[in-house]
Amino acid sequence: MTLLGSLALWVAFLLGAWGAITGFLGASRERGDLIASSRHAVFAMCGALLVAVVSLEVALFRHDFNVEYVAAYTSRNLPTFYIWSGLYAGQKGSLLFWATVLSIFGALAQWLTAPRHRVYLPYVGAITSLVAAFFVSVMLFGHSNPFERLPYTPIDGRGLNPQLQNPGMVFHPPMLYLGYISITIPFAFAMSALLSKRLDTDWLVAIRKWTLLSWLFLSVGICLGMWWAYVELGWGGYWAWDPVENASFLPWLTMTAFLHSVMIQEKRGMLKKWNLGLIIGSWLLSIFGTFITRSGVIASVHSFTQSSVGYFFGAFLVVSAVASFWIYAKRLPLLQAESSLESLVSREASFLFNNLLLVGIAFSVLWGTLFPIISEAVTGTKITVKAPFFNQVNIPLGLALLAFTGIGPLIAWRRSSLPNLRRQFAVPAAGGVLGLLVVLAGGMRDFYPLVAVTLGSFVFVTVVQEFVRGVSARHRQYSEAWLLALGRLISRNRRRYGGYIVHVGIVILFIAFAGMAFKTETEATLRPGESVSLRSPYGWTYTFTHLGVSQYDALNRQVTAATVEVARNGKRIGMLSTEKRQHVDAEGNPTFQPSTEVGIRSDLREDLYIVLAGVVNGTEQAVYRFTINPLVWWVWYGGMVVALGGLIVMWPGGGAVAVRRAQAGYAVKLVAEQGKPS
Amino acid sequence: MKAGMKFAIGAVLIVGSVGYLMASGIKETGQYFLTPSELSQKLATDPSFYDVGMKVGANVVPGSVTRDVASQTIAFRISDGSATYPVVYHGLAPDTFNDSVEVVVEGRLQRDGVIHATDVLAKCGSRYESVPKA
Repeated sequence: MTLLGSLALWVAFLLGAWGAITGFLGASRERGDLIASSRHAVFAMCGALLVAVVSLEVALFRHDFNVEYVAAYTSRNLPTFYIWSGLYAGQKGSLLFWATVLSIFGALAQWLTAPRHRVYLPYVGAITSLVAAFFVSVMLFGHSNPFERLPYTPIDGRGLNPQLQNPGMVFHPPMLYLGYISITIPFAFAMSALLSKRLDTDWLVAIRKWTLLSWLFLSVGICLGMWWAYVELGWGGYWAWDPVENASFLPWLTMTAFLHSVMIQEKRGMLKKWNLGLIIGSWLLSIFGTFITRSGVIASVHSFTQSSVGYFFGAFLVVSAVASFWIYAKRLPLLQAESSLESLVSREASFLFNNLLLVGIAFSVLWGTLFPIISEAVTGTKITVKAPFFNQVNIPLGLALLAFTGIGPLIAWRRSSLPNLRRQFAVPAAGGVLGLLVVLAGGMRDFYPLVAVTLGSFVFVTVVQEFVRGVSARHRQYSEAWLLALGRLISRNRRRYGGYIVHVGIVILFIAFAGMAFKTETEATLRPGESVSLRSPYGWTYTFTHLGVSQYDALNRQVTAATVEVARNGKRIGMLSTEKRQHVDAEGNPTFQPSTEVGIRSDLREDLYIVLAGVVNGTEQAVYRFTINPLVWWVWYGGMVVALGGLIVMWPGGGAVAVRRAQAGYAVKLVAEQGKPS
Repeated sequence: MKAGMKFAIGAVLIVGSVGYLMASGIKETGQYFLTPSELSQKLATDPSFYDVGMKVGANVVPGSVTRDVASQTIAFRISDGSATYPVVYHGLAPDTFNDSVEVVVEGRLQRDGVIHATDVLAKCGSRYESVPKA
């Protein structure tokens, strides 16, 4: 199978090169035969890479430990569920996964693009082929061929890192990869529009679903990553501003900015340069993310082994950045805005500020992530920044952004009159003040959480007001029943109301993040029967009583489990267990470092989070860390609401109406502008 | 044009505050990242370089780790081959910490010549590895 796999990689590489060359030549010289050939190459490359993936999976499932990759990431006693994820557990396999998924997306773009956007496809095919061929070439020429064989056959493999043996880890990396990878399609359309000088709004319409798709995958991938870090890593939080986390956050920020600013281009013909820049930037950031997770240039606890693969990505990043911005610069004269800002009190202006904030946040995160390198290059001494830096910078910026989340939808396009503003802002502003008063009465005195609650309530009421007005308008106009009116309101304006639902999710997330400001924890060494108390931010007291330690063997691990009884204000509410696991191979020899299973008890108000740090040798005396994390469940709920809103926006069908309407609005505007004496 | 000017003022305000927040953030929270030999060079040129927040990246000296589980204290030495410093850490060590790993120790070098660590990150360079923060 490995011979077939290697062969498939070579075939895929040649097809990719062919697809790129014929695509570029065919598109620039308008040669139909070359264009057709390039298109066929895209599909054939996808097929070849699928063959390679199947070959690798077969090797994994057959426990063919003569294959270095199989021996390195799986073992005989690995649960079947996790064997599949061996495909992307290691560097080499994840490169194959990247290339394959990109190739599938490339083929889907060729296949599914609507007839009137097909003019962009030759360049799109050329660019997706080029990028996919690059990933295949890293495998072939960067000592990263997953099909490499060992000179001997080990009896058993080294197994999968126990921290990756978690259901979240089976879905988190592919989701994030899908997000990263799918940005290539909008990027390819943007480059195609630049190269072919077809720079009207058509290419924006063509990529709408793709940009939403990458944004949705990134959002879900980031949330799953937070969940995994929270339940598996055991340090007590879900976001540590680690370089790898930042790398996934950066394209999410720029894509979010794009999803907003693109509306201005559709409606008003402004921001053409900015939007193209955002798409190119998002794509480069996705490659940058791949680069820093693989190259080891920035010390991260998450990173793959340092390897020569980093040089490939570094070079690719530089070459792509230079090439795409060179073409961009050459086309700048064609990207003049068709109208200008009329008033600061307009939706355009509020979207522009929101964009500046999103890009500002992205820039500060990038700067903080790269600061060790920058400072070493400039001053000769490496200076690092950690979570405090990112929090100090991003909490105020994030809150300002939250404010614009509420302001934007309330202001009309072009300009707003004062009575109009009063009508729009009265209820939401009152809602914000009410939220503030409620938490003040509850005894909260911390500045940022207070601001977060105030703005969060403001935004939430904004969204409710929009829904109420929309529903009652339908109810009046068409005498629809309330629920039917709500359903139709959403389904007829998916982009707008789906977007509002995303905003609700974002509000929930902000409130949940604010809750972490009230995290409390304590560490204790307890004999059986001894207990320790911890005061919750809600005012009650938890008592944890150590019950005892048990040791036993499970499928592929030796477990040391410690159990505590939990009481709230003296009343027993349950038991919690936390484990130290030593994973073993088929012969019972230890593999990997020990790992920790966290004991978590969640409710809507707070999580009890218990970690077993160790057991004093030979006794039942256990060392614990007890943490109270307020509002953590709301992070997961918020993530789900964001995903739901994203799905509504993306759902096929309803988009067409919105697109036609947007184009109609644009056409009306064009007519109006042309009719005007200049 | 008037709206454009107003917008430009708003934009400058936002860009300015982003810049200000970043500059002050780095000034207040930035930490030196040194190897043991860079640390001893710093001390040679600036003898008052004690009690400064920093991170030191090095290898744990094999056999130097002593643990006291009951008081949750670990003591060990770190070295990059040419300079060696003792470290004391009070807290829970990460799962991956042992006497043959590369670590990043965060803390302050005190006058007693010992790095009093507030955080120890263990790095396992051999494969994809995520390490819990201590």
